[in-house]
Amino acid sequence: MPLPPPTPSVSGIVPEPRRTGVELTVNGERYMHTGDPDMPLLWWLRDVLRLTGTKYGCGVGACGACTVLVDGKPARACLTPVLAARGRNVTTVEGLADPLGRLHPVQRAWIDEDVPQCGYCQAGQLLAAAELLARRPQPSDADIDAIPNLCRCGTYPRIRRAIRRAAAIARGETP
Amino acid sequence: MNAGNGFTRRGFLRVLAAAGGALVVGVPARAWAQQDGREDLAILGDSWTALNAFVRVEPNGRVIIGARTPDMGQGTRTSLPRIIADEMDADWTQVKVIALPLGVEDDQGAPRWLYGPQSAGGSTSIPNAWRDLRQAGAAARWLLVQAAAARTGLPPDQLRTEAGWVLTPDARRLGYGELAADAGKLSLPDAGVALKSAQAYRLIGKAAQGVDAPAIVTGQQKFGYDHYWGDGLIAMIVRCPYFDGELDHLDASAALAIEGVEKVLPLPAMPAGTLLGRGPLAAGVAVLAKDTWSALKGRAALDVRWKPRHGGAASTSTLESDAGRALRGAPTTLVRRNGDFAHAFRTAARRIQAQYVVPFVAHATMEPQNCLVRVDPDHAYLMAATQTPRSAFDVVRQITGLGPGQISIEMPRIGGGFGRRLDNDYVAEAVLLAKAAGKPIKLQWTREDDLGHDVYRPFGVHALAAGVDRKGRIVAWRQHLASTSKLWRRGVPTDRLWTSELYPDDPPAGMVANLELAWFALDFPLPRGNWRAPGHTANAFAVQSFLDEIAHATHQDPFKLRLALLGTPRLLPYASHGGPTLDTGRLANVLQLAAQRIGWGSRAPAGHGRGLACHFTFGGYVAHAFEVSVSDGKLAIHRAVAAADVGRVIDPNGVDAQIGGGTLDALSTALNLAITVHDGAVVQQNFPDYPLARMAEMPREVEVIQVPSQADPAGAGEMGVPSAAPALANAIFAATGVRLRRMPFKPGIARIG
Repeated sequence: MPLPPPTPSVSGIVPEPRRTGVELTVNGERYMHTGDPDMPLLWWLRDVLRLTGTKYGCGVGACGACTVLVDGKPARACLTPVLAARGRNVTTVEGLADPLGRLHPVQRAWIDEDVPQCGYCQAGQLLAAAELLARRPQPSDADIDAIPNLCRCGTYPRIRRAIRRAAAIARGETP
Repeated sequence: MNAGNGFTRRGFLRVLAAAGGALVVGVPARAWAQQDGREDLAILGDSWTALNAFVRVEPNGRVIIGARTPDMGQGTRTSLPRIIADEMDADWTQVKVIALPLGVEDDQGAPRWLYGPQSAGGSTSIPNAWRDLRQAGAAARWLLVQAAAARTGLPPDQLRTEAGWVLTPDARRLGYGELAADAGKLSLPDAGVALKSAQAYRLIGKAAQGVDAPAIVTGQQKFGYDHYWGDGLIAMIVRCPYFDGELDHLDASAALAIEGVEKVLPLPAMPAGTLLGRGPLAAGVAVLAKDTWSALKGRAALDVRWKPRHGGAASTSTLESDAGRALRGAPTTLVRRNGDFAHAFRTAARRIQAQYVVPFVAHATMEPQNCLVRVDPDHAYLMAATQTPRSAFDVVRQITGLGPGQISIEMPRIGGGFGRRLDNDYVAEAVLLAKAAGKPIKLQWTREDDLGHDVYRPFGVHALAAGVDRKGRIVAWRQHLASTSKLWRRGVPTDRLWTSELYPDDPPAGMVANLELAWFALDFPLPRGNWRAPGHTANAFAVQSFLDEIAHATHQDPFKLRLALLGTPRLLPYASHGGPTLDTGRLANVLQLAAQRIGWGSRAPAGHGRGLACHFTFGGYVAHAFEVSVSDGKLAIHRAVAAADVGRVIDPNGVDAQIGGGTLDALSTALNLAITVHDGAVVQQNFPDYPLARMAEMPREVEVIQVPSQADPAGAGEMGVPSAAPALANAIFAATGVRLRRMPFKPGIARIG
């Protein structure tokens, strides 16, 4: 006996196809990436999530403009495939403030010291600094020197001052 | 780099009057507005009054000020509005700054510029603003006072203003917000209105925080490529690596097979007869894709080969010998001659000669070039990270044939300019592709594109010679420069190509009786362009290094030798940009301040050496002093001092950032950077072989000394660069006895034990 012809859906509800992809958390929200798992995190954040605070500078992991934190550790988003972040927590500059919108100490210090000139490298600088302070709450000059992120405007001295100020803010002191 | 200002005072006032009550900024409904969450539109709210092209006031007293110059880190989005806000006595805490687009209207087929000069180059934004934007603030204030006079029945001259209020003699306060609607109906006197006296400044001269800092540190600040336009495509271009080369072979099938790649097309040619101002575009093949990753994959999958042209064998390795040959021949242009150099040199008690080599360098702005373009049949829209929006406008007109009223250009915040974005080659590429594709295009350059297809700071060999008399005075001076002129291929006649290479009134011209400056043309197919403080970087290095060599050869103190050369404070004529005069007293003053701060004359710690240099750049006077040591081939910069006299300081915080930042930029470049060419193509690919200095290499602080001045402001973007490299070379010599005459310094430093 032939099958009856398909009947139109009355409810308008259609079954959703099963989707597979890479699940990960960005700034506290869960996402699934269903495209090319090799897509660099940088371009997924920017083109797909439209989190454009993370910047492209070189594509070879040399400048640090795309620095994000993956499970709290600095990573070059331009060289990190989305697949490599599967199941992990990614923090971008948009997620540095706490959920109530209170700025991270490095953000406050960056404003107080008026660090940015062109501002392009600063998201990466902020995340590098935040990670340094999480690891070393009272960083030495040598610790700060070890930050490899590039800036052509010459904001390094203010970055240095801002990291010290942020350390004081994090300790509860008012610098 | 001198920004043309075809904007008379009379014309400016007419614009102000015409714009009173007219909608000028951000309001015309734009096709892409809904797609892109235009913050500027949201900011404006529904009811406000335009007092002129730059100022509007909301009923609640909030003042919105338009910043006309793109901000690439030089701080004009903060400093320009503060000049206006001060003149109008606005409450800075109530000011919201918005970026103005290119202000242009169709005036019977010709463009009429609404906002005056909008380009960012030659450190001219502040001097230009000083000339005309104060009038915008004063006009707004005048209108508000007139409205208050009408409201209160008091004569205007009995009213004063303060931080957003008009105050009456009997202490009544009328807020700008409540007066704005009336003020917007008044018209300005033809003669213009009076400006404040300097004693009345409340913002000018006070440190300001950058208005965009909060948005930058939270990732909310949008740069050009942070925008997405509807169904736009990402475009990437593989360019011919050989100068003036051509496409030889293209098989796009593998690229087109990649998911997300929509089109592959050779970059269309510019319409016949059009000029870019920097020579032709490189031949290229564009990959258009739905997202950046697909475009990158498509680009990598292209099977493409290129044919070299005349530049196929070009190499920088032979440039220096070419320069030597040129210098032994006759000069292309005798730039300046005073007295009789040959005789004075021959008869001098001491004769000193040295050669200095300055390599090609790239800009390497942290943000690679990008541009968003949509070309409709009757309108073109651009989001262009450019320093010269009017030139970008010309490019769009040439390619599309659209009229002045059919081209809209917005300038986003720019991730570094340094002169690179005075050229609009990437804008031309994006417009060509958007027109060909019939869709909005976001052109994205990679870092490799950026380093390989820049307009580079020229290469030069400076041959200096000086004669010194028995008293140690310089009596003869000769600078012969063989260089690849920046102006090559820019429509400049051959006999004017020297003008970008030697500035005839630069010190020590006018200070040495027998002087000869001559330029020798070097031919090389690499495109050249403006690099922060263009020719000054090379000339200050040669001249200020050589002065040190003279001092050491004749057992004089390099500081005192410079002071003696500068002589009694006087005005010397200065015909190049930054003139019409050079004040030797102001130059000596910054030199003295820097010397004093570094502790010149006192004993340096063991192994440390100190060096000085000073230079006049575009109207600003800067001296640098460093204290350094070298051990195991590694340089340590223990102290860095920069003393700057840039005229009246609008924002001391901004000047500190520009002079300090310019110093580090100069040090990074002088130490590390060179572009070389092999087999007709640029060798350097990315930061690993074009290593901008990292934090660890740079001094921990730059002590910037600002000279208080009542002189008109000169800007500050470029002055911090030229004297830094020679001061560093002089300090390295003082510490080690090794003279570095060739940039970059790092290989030379590594050879010092």
